[in-house]
Amino acid sequence: MSDGNIGKPVPRKEGRAKVTGAAQYVDDLRLPGMIYGATVRSHVARGRIQKIAFGEGIPWDEFTIVTARDIPGANAVALILNDQPYLADAVVNHPEEPVLLLAHEDKYLLEEARRRVRIDVEPLPAVFTIEDSLARKEVIWGEDNVFKTFLVEKGNVDEVWSGDDLVVVEGVYETGAQEQLYIETNGVIATANAAEGVVVQGSMQCPYYVHKALVKLFRLPEDKVRIIQTETGGGFGGKEEYPSMIAGHAALLAWKSGRPVKMIYDRAEDMTATTKRHPSRTRHRTAVTREGRLVGMEIDFVIDGGAYATLSAVVLSRGTIHAAGPYNCPNVRISSKAVATNAPPHGAFRGFGAPQSIFALERHLNKVAAAVGLTPEELRRRNFITKGETTATGQVIHEDVDLAALLDRAFELSSYHAKRERFSRENDASRIKRGIGFASFMHGAGFTGSGEKYLQSIVGCEATAEGRVRVLAASTEIGQGTNTIFAQIAADALGLDYDSVEVVRPDTGYVPNSGPTVASRTCMIVGKLVETAALQLKQTLANDGLLAESFTQDDFARACREYVERHGALRAFTQYRQPENVEWDDEHYRGDAYGAYAWAVYVAEVSVDTLTYETRVEDFVAVQEVGRVIHPVLAAGQIEGGVAQGLGWTLYENTVWQAGRMANGQMTNYIIPTSADIPPIRVHFFENPYEGGPNGAKGIGELPMDGPAPAILNAVEHATGVAFDRVPLVPEAVMDALLARAGRGLKDVDERQTTGTGATAV
Amino acid sequence: MKELSNSAGETSDGTRRTFGGEAEARAVADEGGKVSVRCTVNGEAVTLRGYPLARLLDVLREELKLTGTKEGCGEGECGACSVIIGGELVNSCLVPVAQAEGAEIRTIEGVADGERLHAVQRAMIECGGAQCGICTPGMVLAAVNLLEREPRPTEADIREGLAGNLCRCTGYMKIFEAVVRAVESKDEG
Amino acid sequence: MRAYLPAYELVVPRTLSEALALLRDEPGVWQPFAGGTDLMVLLEAGRLEHKNFFSIAHLPELHGVEASDTHVRLGALTTYTDVRRDAFLSREFPMLAQAARETGGVAIQNRGTLGGNIANASPAADSPPALLAYDAELELVAAEGSRRLPYSEFHTGYKQTRMRPEELIACVHLRRPRAGARHFYRKVGTRRAQAISKVCFAGLAESEGAMLTNVRVALGSVAPVPLRCRRTEELLTGKNVDEELTSAALEEIAREIAPIDDIRSTARYRARVAQNLLAEFLSSIA
Repeated sequence: MSDGNIGKPVPRKEGRAKVTGAAQYVDDLRLPGMIYGATVRSHVARGRIQKIAFGEGIPWDEFTIVTARDIPGANAVALILNDQPYLADAVVNHPEEPVLLLAHEDKYLLEEARRRVRIDVEPLPAVFTIEDSLARKEVIWGEDNVFKTFLVEKGNVDEVWSGDDLVVVEGVYETGAQEQLYIETNGVIATANAAEGVVVQGSMQCPYYVHKALVKLFRLPEDKVRIIQTETGGGFGGKEEYPSMIAGHAALLAWKSGRPVKMIYDRAEDMTATTKRHPSRTRHRTAVTREGRLVGMEIDFVIDGGAYATLSAVVLSRGTIHAAGPYNCPNVRISSKAVATNAPPHGAFRGFGAPQSIFALERHLNKVAAAVGLTPEELRRRNFITKGETTATGQVIHEDVDLAALLDRAFELSSYHAKRERFSRENDASRIKRGIGFASFMHGAGFTGSGEKYLQSIVGCEATAEGRVRVLAASTEIGQGTNTIFAQIAADALGLDYDSVEVVRPDTGYVPNSGPTVASRTCMIVGKLVETAALQLKQTLANDGLLAESFTQDDFARACREYVERHGALRAFTQYRQPENVEWDDEHYRGDAYGAYAWAVYVAEVSVDTLTYETRVEDFVAVQEVGRVIHPVLAAGQIEGGVAQGLGWTLYENTVWQAGRMANGQMTNYIIPTSADIPPIRVHFFENPYEGGPNGAKGIGELPMDGPAPAILNAVEHATGVAFDRVPLVPEAVMDALLARAGRGLKDVDERQTTGTGATAV
Repeated sequence: MKELSNSAGETSDGTRRTFGGEAEARAVADEGGKVSVRCTVNGEAVTLRGYPLARLLDVLREELKLTGTKEGCGEGECGACSVIIGGELVNSCLVPVAQAEGAEIRTIEGVADGERLHAVQRAMIECGGAQCGICTPGMVLAAVNLLEREPRPTEADIREGLAGNLCRCTGYMKIFEAVVRAVESKDEG
Repeated sequence: MRAYLPAYELVVPRTLSEALALLRDEPGVWQPFAGGTDLMVLLEAGRLEHKNFFSIAHLPELHGVEASDTHVRLGALTTYTDVRRDAFLSREFPMLAQAARETGGVAIQNRGTLGGNIANASPAADSPPALLAYDAELELVAAEGSRRLPYSEFHTGYKQTRMRPEELIACVHLRRPRAGARHFYRKVGTRRAQAISKVCFAGLAESEGAMLTNVRVALGSVAPVPLRCRRTEELLTGKNVDEELTSAALEEIAREIAPIDDIRSTARYRARVAQNLLAEFLSSIA
């Protein structure tokens, strides 16, 4: 018997292949007869396609050319609303919208040909901002530019504003688009023909999403479409829905040419044409007692979805549910909208709407604290949600959540109080202004509401005659450690060594649909299914009398061999069942939004250089409770990586838009943090096992994206005395604010006065 | 002339050859417009053929099937395509093959000694320095090269030495740990 | 790779004279190719307009760093790594060493050359401000002979230079600064490494007592060219630094620079930071 793998830093399954360069990513593969594919895109934000012209000097007869008219099935990427075409037909709705596909065996000639296709578009008026979209300056989608709205109501928020003893605080907060910037760009290889169907292998998070989309694109039976995930060089949400597009394109070219087609985006195409984090705008209006008790919160949350609906509705959903944070407030109204603009569709990115709404809340609460004369810390302590209290959707918290303990630990690790006092004292005399700030937040794991019930995920475990166990799931390894933790979980359930379990490469021809690799669900939801399937496998052997209660690795192997000889394949499958006590009302958005939440307090220490207005994060402490930690190194790696992405979103990653097109779509001009920019990130876990997760684990992947932005801006507020309410906070914005304040003669104002600008006592 | 400092491009010690190209070993284009250049890759003498401005990155991957060298950006920004030429780290996406004549090239495939991993590779696995793995070959080469130049790097040396290799997964902490661990493991022998 | 590669040529001349003969015999047809850190980026993007190149990377005449009593000569193919590792350069020309250290990452520093950085003529390049502040002189070589040109006269407009089609940059000559001179270099690029500068400032000051006897100030990313701020220098030279002089200098430099808004920053930011850095430079002169 194994002495248990859970909580141990076993070596990553694909670690050796990755450090030796042996791991095969899609661009490393070649098929016989393979040709290359490219996409010709719109240069215009919105308009009617007039003409497509093929320039001279190119042997066009050698090329495979695909337009919308070549599509055998439905010209729509199947997702939620199916409004996004694979290839624009009569109209284009965003810059970089695909219009035409080309393939040729000479990839250099292919690029030359791509340059020689001219798409004439008669421009139509376009919309580029949330404000213009809401105002219906031009109606560009549906009847009102609105993809989706939600309304969450708790108590009666309309009655709270008139209380005598209340302070009302308002604020507006904005966040910018963020590019996922996985280092491996999107890419696939497709083969397709009527006899054998469509096979696509490539870089992706969700093979069954691609499967569903291609079944409709080609109008083929499900067993005639097969999707295989290759080693994937990062996703972060950016390979959740987009692979359905590029896979469809490559498959269309393969279908028409009769040859395998490889399509790999270069960095510029990947940055300008594929999805980004939704920009957002949040308005807060909060009623708080003079003692600092939250009485009413009215939150208006809007995200920019880009030109097509894609996943905006579900991104909005998560952002909406997280908008009121981990606080106990009796009266809450959250109304939210996802609106259309003529930009490439925004999409999934780690956190999925929650980082946007949590940023707004955690900045706003500092404003609320100042308005009632409390420290940011004290205000939160007085309102932290505790066991038995309810969230904004009315979900009763059944776990022992102790945010105050997380806060204490984070403050201790970061020397928060001592630094806060010291920086306040020393900043006046210093060119470098230092500050320290924090954010407290939660993140729900798994699909929202009834999502998991509808997904009905299935996971299998099989054992070979040699006693090797294989986990069968569609959950992808994208760097986060799926292969490793699934093997740990299965090995532990079976009482076997970690090395005796492997995780099969996701291939829709072989593994069941365990749902998409998103929403911090892989460990908690799918991992639990892995555990159950593994236990069933063991039970099957026991039922056959082949395995005693206590057994060795060799006993297990013998039992497997015996079983396989008797019955053939040894497999066990299990399907998700929603726990009895979980209730969710989809219509009113009330009830148990998530099976479990991870809870966290993050502290950031910053310096702001008043010569260059540059902000630097000097130290970072991340304290969280994520249930049981399955793998301490991988878990800490998730937190550190998420914090780094959050830091980038906060200070560096400024998407520059020009008429709906990303103007800085190169790594040189869209800057992510380098090794020289990351502060020490100190990660601390509290463990509080969750009964619904495997070995007590909850979700972890998205959580660390939520905290950095508000923690850093709260620290900048401490450092400079200026309340910044937009990310990214670029040096240009810091300069404008500091100069404006200097101009008003408010050089040395105490923090409480400057932060109270949005406060009006009623 | 008073002080003669460490002269640029000096090749007498054989360690400063990030440019290939001895004058007499000139690359001449053939009928297809491609050039053939002779160089060594991971210690083996090879002839590379490609259009003169073909990126060393593509030639290594396509001609030699050394696909461990990855493309991340194609503009020398991310370091995924790092290789070591003449003892120095370079971005293979910025090296035209015509300039590789006579170059001693080391790729990720040449880092381990057969089945025995380099200390940096072992440490990257142990410390969790590789997540999605796409930056890893370049990162390993950058770290190997750093330790060859500076066997006892400070934290600042590590941060600076790896700053040309972008990682989007790890937040770099575990990579720093891996470099430190590799130094320690070398000390232990 | 967006370029149509068969259309491009990169030949490798045997000798410098063969390279110069190429330039002489077919003027405008051939361009030099050194470390490729700029040209290959354009090639990748499909925006490299020129097609015929010859490699100069191996030509020994263009390498090497030599110092005399008064000057130092840097071969055009001196890489940033060469500069960084050279103890003499780091000691005597700390701004150049710092510029080298802050250009790209290690891999770029191993291939990028001073001559390439100059010839590429980007106003955002990191080493030109330092070279301007060190009053560099360029030595240009052609088949017919060589000539010298003050670097401050080299750039004439955005990506325009005084280099003739038949010329190569052979080397850069720097006068060794006086001991005790103040060297102040600051590259502002938002992130700490691998950044393209939003503002880059290089200032050199030699003084006698409190009086500035020789001041040179140069900036990157604030004009169509790497800019030597001569009017600001004149205003400062022969004076004692005080508050009044500083504010006059700040006004002068604001008139001298011509920053723009682009995808990396704003004109306003560039102007203000340039002033702040000048103020910091002046306040650092004890």
